[in-house]
Amino acid sequence: MPSLGLLLPELFQTLLTGVLFVQALARPRQADQPPGPAAATAWVPWAAALGVAVALWSLPARGLILWQAYQLDGLSQFFKLAVAVGLFLVTLNAQRPAGVRDDQRADYFMFIALSSLGLMLLASAVELITVYLALEISSYSLYALIPLRGKEGKAAEAGIKYILFGAVATALALYGLALVLAAQNTSYLAGLGQRPWSWGAAPLGVVGISLFLAGFFYKLALFPFHFWAPDVYDGTGNQTAAFVATMPKLGAVVVLVRIGALLGPASEVTALLAVLGALSMTFGNLAALVQQDLKRLLGYSSVAHAGYIMVGLVACSAQGLAAASFYSLVYLLMNLTAFWVICRLAEDGRNLVLDDLNGLYQRAPFLAFVLAVAAFALVGLPPTAGFMGKLFLLTSAWGRGHDWLVVVAALNTAISIYYYLNLVRHAYTREAEAAPGAAPVGGLVWGGVLAAVLLILGALPAPVFQWAEAAGLQLAR
Amino acid sequence: MSAWPVLSWLVFFPLVACLLLPFIRGEKAVRVFTLLAGLVECALAWPLFAFDLADKGYQFVEKVPWVPAWGLNYYLGLDGISLLMVLLTVLLLPLCVLCSWTYIGKRIKEFHFCLLLMTAACVGVFVSLDFVLFYVFWEAMLVPMFLLIAVWGGPERRYASLKFFLYTLAGSTLLLVAMVAFYKAGGTFSIPELTGKTYGFNFQYWTFLAMAIAFAIKVPMFPFHTWLPAAHVEAPTAGSVLLASVLLKMGAYGFLRFCLPLTPLASQYFAPMMIAISIASILYGGFVALGQRDMKKLIAYSSVAHMGFVTMGIFIFSLRGLEGALMVMLNHGITTGALFMLVGAIYERSHSREIAENLGLGKFLPAYMFFFGLFALSSLGFPGTNSFVGEILVLIGVFAYEPWVGAAIIPGVMLGAAYMLRLGQKLAWGEPPKAQGWRDLNSREWVYFLPLAALVLYIGLAPGLTLRAMDPTLGRVLTEFRAGLARLEPNPSSAPALLAQNPQINRAALSAGPASAGVPDKE
Repeated sequence: MPSLGLLLPELFQTLLTGVLFVQALARPRQADQPPGPAAATAWVPWAAALGVAVALWSLPARGLILWQAYQLDGLSQFFKLAVAVGLFLVTLNAQRPAGVRDDQRADYFMFIALSSLGLMLLASAVELITVYLALEISSYSLYALIPLRGKEGKAAEAGIKYILFGAVATALALYGLALVLAAQNTSYLAGLGQRPWSWGAAPLGVVGISLFLAGFFYKLALFPFHFWAPDVYDGTGNQTAAFVATMPKLGAVVVLVRIGALLGPASEVTALLAVLGALSMTFGNLAALVQQDLKRLLGYSSVAHAGYIMVGLVACSAQGLAAASFYSLVYLLMNLTAFWVICRLAEDGRNLVLDDLNGLYQRAPFLAFVLAVAAFALVGLPPTAGFMGKLFLLTSAWGRGHDWLVVVAALNTAISIYYYLNLVRHAYTREAEAAPGAAPVGGLVWGGVLAAVLLILGALPAPVFQWAEAAGLQLAR
Repeated sequence: MSAWPVLSWLVFFPLVACLLLPFIRGEKAVRVFTLLAGLVECALAWPLFAFDLADKGYQFVEKVPWVPAWGLNYYLGLDGISLLMVLLTVLLLPLCVLCSWTYIGKRIKEFHFCLLLMTAACVGVFVSLDFVLFYVFWEAMLVPMFLLIAVWGGPERRYASLKFFLYTLAGSTLLLVAMVAFYKAGGTFSIPELTGKTYGFNFQYWTFLAMAIAFAIKVPMFPFHTWLPAAHVEAPTAGSVLLASVLLKMGAYGFLRFCLPLTPLASQYFAPMMIAISIASILYGGFVALGQRDMKKLIAYSSVAHMGFVTMGIFIFSLRGLEGALMVMLNHGITTGALFMLVGAIYERSHSREIAENLGLGKFLPAYMFFFGLFALSSLGFPGTNSFVGEILVLIGVFAYEPWVGAAIIPGVMLGAAYMLRLGQKLAWGEPPKAQGWRDLNSREWVYFLPLAALVLYIGLAPGLTLRAMDPTLGRVLTEFRAGLARLEPNPSSAPALLAQNPQINRAALSAGPASAGVPDKE
């Protein structure tokens, strides 16, 4: 029997989900009655903050439990911390999600908490079937969350797209799992690490693992599995989009990091990762250039960022894996910062276009500043965390057989400047057509905290990076 | 190493002032506060005068581990090249506050915020000895400059600021790749340590190109210069001053700090191309300046020409050339900064930068025309002014290098005289005079023109101290450059083999190589 103390973050998350489930039961029978206790969800962010503390506390937890299927190591604990931080920010951001009825709020948070629980399990799973189950736990609640935005056609479209794409990707992953099992006779990652992964030695295994990875490419929105991303971001509520855009990616990255550690830098799958990464960043950035809708813009930007993460993965070194982990945390923070501003500006839940940012500087100087920090971090401009993340990625990949990918990534940075800068230009240099309306006041403090974190992490990345580094060192062979 | 971390203070004091700025209330208070901050920054630079003129290495070094996992250090130091640039940057901050006193009428607090941020980043660029730290400051400076142009600029400011940002950032993305490649090849990000290592020709070839694009855009050299006139014309006065006096120097500084010591063979290989581009910059900038009707545009194109002298001086690889290049950098900073301030001052009176709207000032604004005449003479390299020293050194170097190259840039010098004198003549005596009723310089304007005028005459008449400050360092750069060449040449597997295969390299090496250069060094 494993010591339960090792599983504190997961247990806490389960408890949170359970409490929210009970609270959701308190919903009144008829819709026209006052929402009652089901709407009292102001406590959730603080519970999530406690979750961050728990995850921080169990950062040193180590062990291999549950029949060697569940590993607690530097990587898993790092990602659990990242998920906890993400959950805290997402719940804080979604205090009053537009499009969600008051009495549904407890359900809403329950789904988010359940999905986060799945992501935490994913971080520790080191056996393919466990990985698959954890993936499904984290996905199912999203299938319910995305169409929640009332009865709009777009929301329905987003929901259907997400489910259909998800189903196909899941089926592919399952099929790949079966092939891997057939070719390599084990589903434990530790055992798979001993097997050859070249096309010559194990063709079925290579096909299988590529198909299995496809399930995670879908989560990560990597080209060519990205088609859902812009539409889903567009169709779903702002707060939900903030969640969908950031957290599932963490789960995908952790699995990719674990599997990337299995494969050498010279294997065919790694080459495939490199090519997909290059296509993903180029396509994402080019498509983002013409977007007017902010969430679509961020959707395509996330496709590009998925490509950047591949740069670290193809290095297959401790540094590369650490860099990819670090970058995914930074990505979470900078994207949530951008969504934070969007959610504050659209309290009524509408979709913002670039022109809605016009004159933001005059209406809400502080929000404009936060947006600028987020945009420059997404570009990868110093002194923000985005730059440090990108520097680590590029440095780790150079000299590992994919130098061309580093050059492509650098050139893509040049392409991406334009649309990120556009956010800043609209906010700072255009005058608002409308009279300066009511400036959103709520949540300024937390927006400032997010921006400050991005800047501090950019100036002093060493303390956080050393956790990621510990994770990478123990994985790479 | 001194106990007082003077360089850290210089970099971080403006940032501290930035953070205090939001708590200051009232327009006047903000201006006074920033002015005081600028004066304190100048005072903080005082310990720099303890700089040891004989020492050719880095002084005031500070080194603290930054990200140990990647070998990043917070590594600052100062040599003769950066000393002059830092002093120039620091001096300009209070002058920029003064020249924006009435020019900037909106969003005062944010404007001064950007100015302070710019100063911190610019000082940081010049004192960083860690490649990544350098890059951080190099890029960090773009955002405040972008905002200076985009928010407080002229009517076309959105276009100009976008062009500025895209151009410079796109150029420097490849610098990032070069940096990463150097880290993998040399095992460190520390610039002094990277300098002592040997890199193969192919490696040098590609890293030189990657770096040279970033630096050439910043300088700007001829085909990459188009962002400059747009940015200059639209920027507010203080923005133009910082752009001309500090930002443009960073490209040339990059060539001196990175290209020559790190990629000597490639620098030599590409030298004919760089020299050709420099000639093109000098002549093209001069000719285009001749035809301008907008004063700011005229000065912007004259900057292109002046910076052509700088790159020319660098890529002839002689001590005279380097001295001249650094002198022109410094002098262009002083003179062109002052000229932009003059244009800003007259714009506040006429609300136009067109030459035709500012005719005949001589009778009504004698003090203004006195300063304008002085700085215009300095700009065209009149003997006795600072620019003369720099240009003559470059010319001596170039004639020693190859007389016909020298002959090719002589028209550039004459063009300089032509466009500046034409401008000065129209402003002073142009008909019909427009200046009735305009007041002459007020005391605030006197205050910010006087130090620059004093520097023009001081460097022009007594350049000895400045030259002594830069000589040991430039000598070191040349030694490193030649040592880098020599390290590769005896190796039978690399350079000679390449030289034998490739006749073009052979010619470049023979004409500019250290053994056969025939360029007499100083003394």
